[in-house]
Amino acid sequence: MVATGALGAVGVAAVAWPFINNLNPAADTLALSTIEVNVTPIAVGQAVTVKWRGKPVFIRHRTEAEIKEAEAVPMAQLPDPETDNKRVTDTAKKVRPEWLIMIGVCTHLGCVPLGNKPGDQKGEYGGWFCPCHGSSYDTSGRIRKGPAPKNLVVPDYLFTSDSLVRIG
Amino acid sequence: MRKPFARKLLVSGAIALAALATGTVAIAAGGVEHPPARKWHFQGPFGTYDRAAAQRGYQVYQEVCAACHSLSLVAYRNLTDLGLTENQVKSLIKDITVPDLNDEGAPADRPARPADRFKKPFANEAAAAAANNGKAPPDLSVIVKAREYGPDYIYGLLTGYVPYDKLTPEQIKEFDVKKDDYFNKYFPGHKIAMAPPLADDKVTYADGTKATTAQEAADVTEFLAWASEPHMEDRKRTGVRVILFLLALAGLMYAVKRVVWADKH
Amino acid sequence: MASSHGTPPVFNNKVISWIDHRLPIFSYIEKEYHTFPTPRNFNYFWNFGAIATVMLVLMIATGIVLATNYTPHVLMAFDAVERIDRDVPQGWLIRDLHMNGASFFFIAVYIHIFRGMYYGSYKAPRELLWILGVVIFLLMMATAFMGYVLPWGQMSFWGATVITNLFSAIPVVGESIVTWLWGGFAVDNPTLNRFFALHYLLPFIIVAVVALHVVALHVHGSNNPTGIDVKGPQDTVPFHPYYTMKDGFGVICFLIVFAGFVFFAPDYLGHPDNYIPANPMVTPAHIVPEWYFLPFYAILRAIPDKLGGVLAMFGAIAVLFVLPWLDTSRVRSCTFRPIYKWFMMLLVVDVIVLGICGSKPPEGFWVPLSQLATLYYFAHFLVLLPILGKIERPLPLPPSIADSVLKKKAV
Repeated sequence: MVATGALGAVGVAAVAWPFINNLNPAADTLALSTIEVNVTPIAVGQAVTVKWRGKPVFIRHRTEAEIKEAEAVPMAQLPDPETDNKRVTDTAKKVRPEWLIMIGVCTHLGCVPLGNKPGDQKGEYGGWFCPCHGSSYDTSGRIRKGPAPKNLVVPDYLFTSDSLVRIG
Repeated sequence: MRKPFARKLLVSGAIALAALATGTVAIAAGGVEHPPARKWHFQGPFGTYDRAAAQRGYQVYQEVCAACHSLSLVAYRNLTDLGLTENQVKSLIKDITVPDLNDEGAPADRPARPADRFKKPFANEAAAAAANNGKAPPDLSVIVKAREYGPDYIYGLLTGYVPYDKLTPEQIKEFDVKKDDYFNKYFPGHKIAMAPPLADDKVTYADGTKATTAQEAADVTEFLAWASEPHMEDRKRTGVRVILFLLALAGLMYAVKRVVWADKH
Repeated sequence: MASSHGTPPVFNNKVISWIDHRLPIFSYIEKEYHTFPTPRNFNYFWNFGAIATVMLVLMIATGIVLATNYTPHVLMAFDAVERIDRDVPQGWLIRDLHMNGASFFFIAVYIHIFRGMYYGSYKAPRELLWILGVVIFLLMMATAFMGYVLPWGQMSFWGATVITNLFSAIPVVGESIVTWLWGGFAVDNPTLNRFFALHYLLPFIIVAVVALHVVALHVHGSNNPTGIDVKGPQDTVPFHPYYTMKDGFGVICFLIVFAGFVFFAPDYLGHPDNYIPANPMVTPAHIVPEWYFLPFYAILRAIPDKLGGVLAMFGAIAVLFVLPWLDTSRVRSCTFRPIYKWFMMLLVVDVIVLGICGSKPPEGFWVPLSQLATLYYFAHFLVLLPILGKIERPLPLPPSIADSVLKKKAV
């Protein structure tokens, strides 16, 4: 009788799984969970926004001045201390300071910051500015001022060649 | 106790059988000539898809059928199910571009990605119909499930063309066949708009298989059967496990029931 | 721990006892599903109530999960169902369970109905119990019909068109009713959208009516194969563990057959045309409803008059509502009705014949056959049943249920 009960319990658990699993991302959704972007057309000083997993991803081709400015900031001035170097390293540990790739979602309450298009307000630190509650990010996408607690998130990415980057 | 119970079981069995029989009858009532039943690799409770045949079938679809027939529910990434690697899939689609919108919202083609569904030969159904004498060629994604006799019908249709000069005068009269009509043994009404799509050596197989019409038809049917139900092998595997489990549980339940009822019989 | 009837159960667990003192759900379960006195002589036909309940729960559970991935739009519904099959994790399993579950729910319910008719479970004092059952059956038919429309294949579309057009047979207001049902001038997106909404709603109404069905059942308790009333404790056993275990065994056996279809012939009970996306411009050569509607479809077509056919079809179900009053016999169970027993069997054959007729094109000898079978169907209920009850001489009834069990054992 115990064996029957145990086997029955196993059966119930096994039946429950497909119902739960059904709500997981489907194969077509997963197939879009990595994207490849050709960065050749992005000139120095320009940025593009691509959609990845339903969110905007900022890819910025930084100028020499912007890189210098980002590298020069003392850690003590940062609410969320992180070196610029660390933020421009791909999953193969290769550092490319000219390419800054970030998820364009403000870490405060999820708005999309301005600053990626020419003519956008960039905030007082020359990076990005969130219009919702006034968070300012620097040229490394780090939070400098305003209510956001964290730096803009850098996703996993890998340069498969000098021109092609795979995000995700 | 035994006899009446046995009779009742028989009755309930009869009801179940009748229910099934009605089902069969419903399916059998279509009025087309039966295509001959072939032995398929994916038949039976343990049948699987023949990967090599399905890969050859993909080649036939891509080189022959895809000019007119879409396969809109299948994505390029699905080809990995047939044993292709991701890189092989990427190199297969490297020359294919698919319609999309550019950043300014204008229609623009971009290179196909593995996540894309198979490219359609026509922009929409009206365009497909206009290019094919008013009747759009059907999408082939679920064609094997959407026809009576499934794979046998598809194979029968592809190999069932009869040239005009081989038809009997009765056939020509009965079905009103003209000289430039296509006559197919298994197509309902026999007159079919599609010209015979396959011929010997219409494709060249990389694995050295001789590309006879029959071989091409069998291969593309295997491919289309897979396209109709890519999860079939998973289904059968799960089924074997579920049924074995239920049989064990039924045995135990029966034992428990006997123990519980022991003092009442 | 005062309870209005019987000895109140005592719970050792403090939490349970605290809750039960305020909301006596545990007392209720104890009384209705544990100690509930149940006739000791059930045969396996009495499993089908439990089996139908399991199928209802399975249909609702799979249905909710399917709905999370489905899109009720004419341009997307077909692809959404195929996406469930192809891309959603184990989506094919949930869909095959739901699609074949409908058929097996009907199989269980048809056997359950047969059992009720054969053993006279509809007679006093269980008339309302029976009527609630017929209401469930009607709701199931409506739910199944609308569910079949959702994949938006050819059979979905044309089935919806034909069945909704039945209402156009109603004089004067028929056409307006059909337009109202469609939300347009043909079966189209508004129709699909509302059918989805109602297909999601109706099962919960079925659950509510099933609850009433069970409440009504537990007033006078179950009927039994002899059809005679329970006379004392020696005639009954507590529901648990005797019938919980027996029902459990029956449910598992039923699920084995069900699993056979789900995993090895998932499309056997369906129609290939429903894998062709709906096309309002082309009608399939031969449209048939799902197998469980075929007998009623045959009755519809047997009458060579539009309104007459529709009335006959609905009449075939309506007659079930008054069944308790059409049967004039004082004996419940067919076991003790030597003549009616055979007519009951003939009715089963008749319904099967109707089912086969319903699957055939309405031509040749199928037309008179379906007319004959329709005639018998109505004659059975409206003529045979009232007359036979008066003239038939029942076999002697056993003195008690316990007696009948012990006598069988001796044989």
